[in-house]
Amino acid sequence: MNNDSVLGFIKKNTMILVLIAVVAFFSLQTKGAILLPMNVSNLISQNAYVFVLATGMLLCILTGGNIDLSVGSVVCFVGAVGATLMVNKNVPIWLSVVIMFVVGIMIGAFQGFWIAFVRIPPFIVTLAGMLAFRGLSNVVLNGLTISIKDKSSFVNLFGGGADCYIHDFFGNGSLNLTCLLGGLVAATIFVVVQGTSRIKKKTKGYEIEPIWKFLVKTVGIVAVVMAFCYKLAQYKGIPTVLVWVLVVVLIYGYITNNTTVGRYFYAVGGNEKATKLSGINTNKVYFIAYANMGFLAALAGMITIARLTSAQPTYGQNYEMDAIGSCFIGGASAYGGTGTVPGVIVGAVLMGVINLGMSLMGVDANMQKVVKGGVLLAAVIFDVVSKRGGKLIVKN
Amino acid sequence: MAKILLEMKNITKTFPGVKALDNVNLQVEEGEIHALVGENGAGKSTLMNVLSGVYPYGSYEGDIIYDSEVCNFNAIKDSEQKGIVIIHQELALIPYMTIAENMFLGNERGSKYKINWTETGVLARKYLDTVGLKDSTQTLIKDIGVGKQQLVEIAKALSKNARLLILDEPTSSLNESDSKALLDLLLKLKKEQNLTSIIISHKLNEVSYVADKITVIRDGSTIETLTKGVDDFSEARIINGMVGRELSDRFPKRVPKIGDVMMEVKDWNVYHPLYSDRKVVNNVSMNVRKGEVVGISGLMGAGRTELAMSIFGRSYGENITGTLKINGKEVKLKTVQDAIKHKLAYVTEDRKGNGLILTNPIKINTTLANLDAVSKNTVIDKDKEYEVAVDYKQKLKTKCPSVEQNVGNLSGGNQQKVLLAKWMFADPDILILDEPTRGIDVGAKYEIYCIINQLVDAGKSVIMISSELPEVLGMCDRVYVMNEGRMVGELDGKEATQEKIMTYILQSSGNKEVK
Repeated sequence: MNNDSVLGFIKKNTMILVLIAVVAFFSLQTKGAILLPMNVSNLISQNAYVFVLATGMLLCILTGGNIDLSVGSVVCFVGAVGATLMVNKNVPIWLSVVIMFVVGIMIGAFQGFWIAFVRIPPFIVTLAGMLAFRGLSNVVLNGLTISIKDKSSFVNLFGGGADCYIHDFFGNGSLNLTCLLGGLVAATIFVVVQGTSRIKKKTKGYEIEPIWKFLVKTVGIVAVVMAFCYKLAQYKGIPTVLVWVLVVVLIYGYITNNTTVGRYFYAVGGNEKATKLSGINTNKVYFIAYANMGFLAALAGMITIARLTSAQPTYGQNYEMDAIGSCFIGGASAYGGTGTVPGVIVGAVLMGVINLGMSLMGVDANMQKVVKGGVLLAAVIFDVVSKRGGKLIVKN
Repeated sequence: MAKILLEMKNITKTFPGVKALDNVNLQVEEGEIHALVGENGAGKSTLMNVLSGVYPYGSYEGDIIYDSEVCNFNAIKDSEQKGIVIIHQELALIPYMTIAENMFLGNERGSKYKINWTETGVLARKYLDTVGLKDSTQTLIKDIGVGKQQLVEIAKALSKNARLLILDEPTSSLNESDSKALLDLLLKLKKEQNLTSIIISHKLNEVSYVADKITVIRDGSTIETLTKGVDDFSEARIINGMVGRELSDRFPKRVPKIGDVMMEVKDWNVYHPLYSDRKVVNNVSMNVRKGEVVGISGLMGAGRTELAMSIFGRSYGENITGTLKINGKEVKLKTVQDAIKHKLAYVTEDRKGNGLILTNPIKINTTLANLDAVSKNTVIDKDKEYEVAVDYKQKLKTKCPSVEQNVGNLSGGNQQKVLLAKWMFADPDILILDEPTRGIDVGAKYEIYCIINQLVDAGKSVIMISSELPEVLGMCDRVYVMNEGRMVGELDGKEATQEKIMTYILQSSGNKEVK
């Protein structure tokens, strides 16, 4: 495939184009309601947990299409532990947060141990975890709901409730200037980083992508960032939880793209034997993937109970499916070795838009599931078939 | 003269970049045992795969005439229907199924919806009796030895009404008495059922014993066919046919500058990781000097790869014993990381399976074994990585549009260069190259040889494992000959000949000691 051709460009960015098409479709169907500031803001707040979990899930999937089925239950369990500590035991909030993270990491490490060092199939280990931690959540909560409404500093910190937005420092009431400024700063940084890297590459004589591709990419991303911030500014500004999502996405985007550890995830998924023979401890790579998944599940747990201002034994159900779906729709390979954090974010946004759009259209909740299932299957078929060179049926 | 059962006419088969078979002709009479001999990679297995339909009609040129009919086989099923059954070197039996289940797998007795287990059992018994296997039909395959498994394969073939049986290295994993029993069985089946067989084997004493005719294949062409009673059937005569090839200037010249011993292995023993009583490497001692290319010659399955990998941070085998000295100091390399730290590199024979990440670009593959050299505090300096990859691309003359290209899209020769680049970048003093030119064309081979010469000129040590005798003779300063897990000979590069090496291998087969 010629990467410089227009066709190659389209092929490489299929999901972004699909996302644009889907947004356009729902804008027409809902008469623009999906692009109302409130709905854009809700898209973020409602799906924050998906972004966080999908990022962690990507690392597991990169190691060879391995998934973690337990994250939904771990989200619930961590939330249950946290709520119990804060409300029933009156443990200080900072300490509760620390304990929640430790619990998450320990669960991840426990599962990671069996997967990485004993080589029990991840599907089995995490299925067991999914059952066990769902049960334990019930035990911790005694089957009841714990309200954390009065723990306002926790709720505010993790972006829950109705008014968890970044304070508008230059507020004049109508438009949230802090939000716009934030968007402007982000866009400027992005342009400067992209530009200098391109100039540096050019002066050193490296290969660079054609200028039109560079411009389309840069202008496109700046436009999306600014439009997005403008929408948020028209509503209540930056949702606090967006900060958490951004931190996670940026850190993990950097790790996967620029660090040796990140490289190892791709290498293990691409060819484990070759990676092993290159002197890389592949057991450790698996372990880190699952331990980290526990850590991010803990964060998602905090975001979840903060948003719902309570902990219940039923929270987190099917969260694992949202995360796994986002990864595959976002272009992660079902066999491992390929997939990026930005891709996964596009996948998660696409799922979120489909959810939101269908809800606004008043599509029956059961039919929504059918559509989501179809989208997931179609995305993976597309990935597998296009990698095979377009052949649909495998020769027996 | 008996009827000709099979005739393969002018068979030519090309793989991308390599002509595996070039105008091969083969005639097999009904009721004879026909042996195919030749070096590794000569094209024997490819020929049999063409015959059995593994490579479908249309993917090769030439005609297959079987039972006076031109055959166009599209799949193994087609050839089996005609009674041509192939038994591969790696047995295709399922360990956790019984003998009877295995025998009728894909050929189940009874109807589609109800397997008739009684009939299965009775039939299985009948064919097992024919091959002389007394075990119950309900025994699991994993519980019987390789020799008996081989008999099950033959019984399975008979149950498919085989008229032409093809056996690919049937005795390679059998001991002497099992081998003898198997060969006698073939003779018995020939006598009693007029069964025709084609046997591929490296063990020339067995070939002389069992075959009526021997066809020699070399470099993808049939060289000659010897007939029992007419031609000389001695091993020397066969070897001559197998290797009779001129060495031209296919190898770049080099003036060896050989220094002190760089690495020394003593009394090295390795056991199979799954079958813990199987000794794969048996009391091997060897060494390599600075600036020296040492060859390890031998047949496939001789234990060479296993020896190399067990040295390279114990990446193969169990219960490894023996001493390993690098620069005169004894070292224990427990992991691949240790081995790399001690400046050892192992370039695998299986570049696609064990060497490269095909879905990743050249630059990522190049730096994988030494990522720390292009990163600072675990953050990769991508510019540096790119420079390194471009540097090696130019040094090794890798043909590719850019180092951003995925390795999977490169030709075999260029993939091999990327693999070499990866290990050269890891900056080793000792490189173990396992079949470094397997499956690549002559031009690329020459370039790889030049790289090897540059490496030793720079004072590195190279151990070259190769099944291609001319390559071993053309490149190595010293040659070890390995067979059945043991070192069975050591030759100076100048005095080594193909005949000497083959003689070492063949004489040591079947547990005969060679001094």
